[in-house]
Amino acid sequence: MAKTPEELFRERTKRVEDAVQLKVPDRVPVGPLFSYFYATYAGITPQEAHYDYAKWTAAVKKTVIDFEPDMVNNPRMVLLAPGPMLDMVDFKQIKWPGHGISPNHTFQFVEGEYMKAEEYDAFLEDPSDYVIRTYLPRIYGILEPFKKLPPIRIMMIGYGVSHLIAALAKPEMASAIEALMKAAAEAQRWRSTMSSLEKELAALGFPLWAEAIALVPFDVIGDYLRGTRGVMLDMYRRPDKLLKAIEKVLPMVLQSGVFSAKVTGNPRVFIPLHKGAEGFMSLEQFKTFFWPTLRRLIIGLIDEGLTPWLFVEADYTSRLEIMRDIPKGKAIYHFERTDIFRAKEVLGDVICIRGGLPNSLLCTGTPQDVRDYCRKLIDVIGKGGGYIMDATALIDDAKLENMKAMMDFTKEYGVYG
Amino acid sequence: MAGDLVKAIADLHEEEALRIVEARLAAGEAPTKILADSRSAMEVVGKRFENKEYFIPDLIYSGEILREISEVVKPKLKQADEIKRLGKVVIGTVAGDIHDIGKNIVTFMLDINGFEVYDLGVDIPPEKFVEKIQETKAEIVGLSGFLTLAYESMKETIGAIREAGLRDKVKLMIGGGQINDEIRKYTGADAYGPDAVSAVSLAKQWAGGK
Repeated sequence: MAKTPEELFRERTKRVEDAVQLKVPDRVPVGPLFSYFYATYAGITPQEAHYDYAKWTAAVKKTVIDFEPDMVNNPRMVLLAPGPMLDMVDFKQIKWPGHGISPNHTFQFVEGEYMKAEEYDAFLEDPSDYVIRTYLPRIYGILEPFKKLPPIRIMMIGYGVSHLIAALAKPEMASAIEALMKAAAEAQRWRSTMSSLEKELAALGFPLWAEAIALVPFDVIGDYLRGTRGVMLDMYRRPDKLLKAIEKVLPMVLQSGVFSAKVTGNPRVFIPLHKGAEGFMSLEQFKTFFWPTLRRLIIGLIDEGLTPWLFVEADYTSRLEIMRDIPKGKAIYHFERTDIFRAKEVLGDVICIRGGLPNSLLCTGTPQDVRDYCRKLIDVIGKGGGYIMDATALIDDAKLENMKAMMDFTKEYGVYG
Repeated sequence: MAGDLVKAIADLHEEEALRIVEARLAAGEAPTKILADSRSAMEVVGKRFENKEYFIPDLIYSGEILREISEVVKPKLKQADEIKRLGKVVIGTVAGDIHDIGKNIVTFMLDINGFEVYDLGVDIPPEKFVEKIQETKAEIVGLSGFLTLAYESMKETIGAIREAGLRDKVKLMIGGGQINDEIRKYTGADAYGPDAVSAVSLAKQWAGGK
């Protein structure tokens, strides 16, 4: 008798949870990190994915139904935000298809020094004020007038609202508010489309990997505020301020992860790792600037009953021993260029390992290449459980027969006897 | 004193390095000698990077110190002293991709290792590579890309170089996020390098072979 979608939903969730808890599941879970693949597979462009909500949801649904992953990579996270909203707020930190990027390519981050070195003090002194009056106006064109808001905290004093009212009286502020209201209406349209899609997927028996994101404190400074070059120089020129800022950011990222996870009820929290990689800093710098707050973030999430899923981009092979130091059976480490076989040796008894199948193989290899590689991963990393099959990076392109080979082979060969 | 400057830069002691430069200029020393010492220091930095004692932040910081020294010294130069170059390299991030951290490091490392580098920037269409190769007569080309979309762009770029009749005249290296030897075969490049050190050794090997 065929299983009901509810049974499948529970079975798939349990399969992943068993792997996370380092038990032996019924088989190796496989839920690839589909990204713009949803679009390419369904025959729509990345630009359509960002701008045509109906086409995007249909594309996601088709991909999920055809490949039957154990868990679905969250289509909201793939796009970051839909095109119309990005247009409306005039977001300057990314370029997206049709806006600085060809319609056929994926959104990309724009490197920049969004917080200047001499602004550390302002950030440390009052981060909320810094965000509202300096940072947001810099990265969202629509919020440019917010530069003219009075210092937020003076509104506490006396008849403080008068400052706010005076600021709002300016015509550019009124049009900013009006534009924000338009964006809010668009956001509502997007959210309701996406939540119906999620309900539909759940009704078909497919859980989502994650609905919450938490960022590594060091990366928040390095990616969004100081930029790669800025943060690297700060490690030498102003290490104390950098460490203070990282410390300041930790409760913010923890709160953002816990908040979204609690609202959605999905315990898995996605944590991408960017600038702590091999080559991007020394081991000493990793131990000083990157790992301590990341570890506290991981443990903070675990203490809330959540499952951190680290997307360990680039190579962290020399850091594995350090990264072992977290509670057992509570987290997923998803590896890209790290030596995953060594990761199994170092971490296998503490952390669930995910990934390992090179995206290059999915794009240019043959189905037999894919099957051979998957076999090796299942035999070695999958041994005794605690492994989730996946590609090494986000999947934008892949040969269909290779994608199919990865799914079919894992579901067949990955069964634990 | 000269040794001090080399050591100060190589050990990334920014303030000390700048102090020494000021003192030497004040003592009337030729600016070219200061630049020569700076170059020696950068060679030490490059070696340490190769030996994995230094990493990208160290390169960026040393580059920053070098920039500051140049700013102080350059106005005092009578004429730019010509540096002998090992060869010319055209480099860029391929069409559709706007990532440049890795490419910038490779450019920097090639430069301090004596190559004349023409860095085209990011999101560079195939015809721009072709034009620059024709214009500079560069014998080495570096294609960078972070995303999987770079596979096709690299292949197209190499195709355009071939169509322009330049394929036999250049050696092609590729690198970046999702690039590996599999992709070298797919795109038809001559070599794949996992990091800036391998880019330098490939370039040296190729320049020597001419």
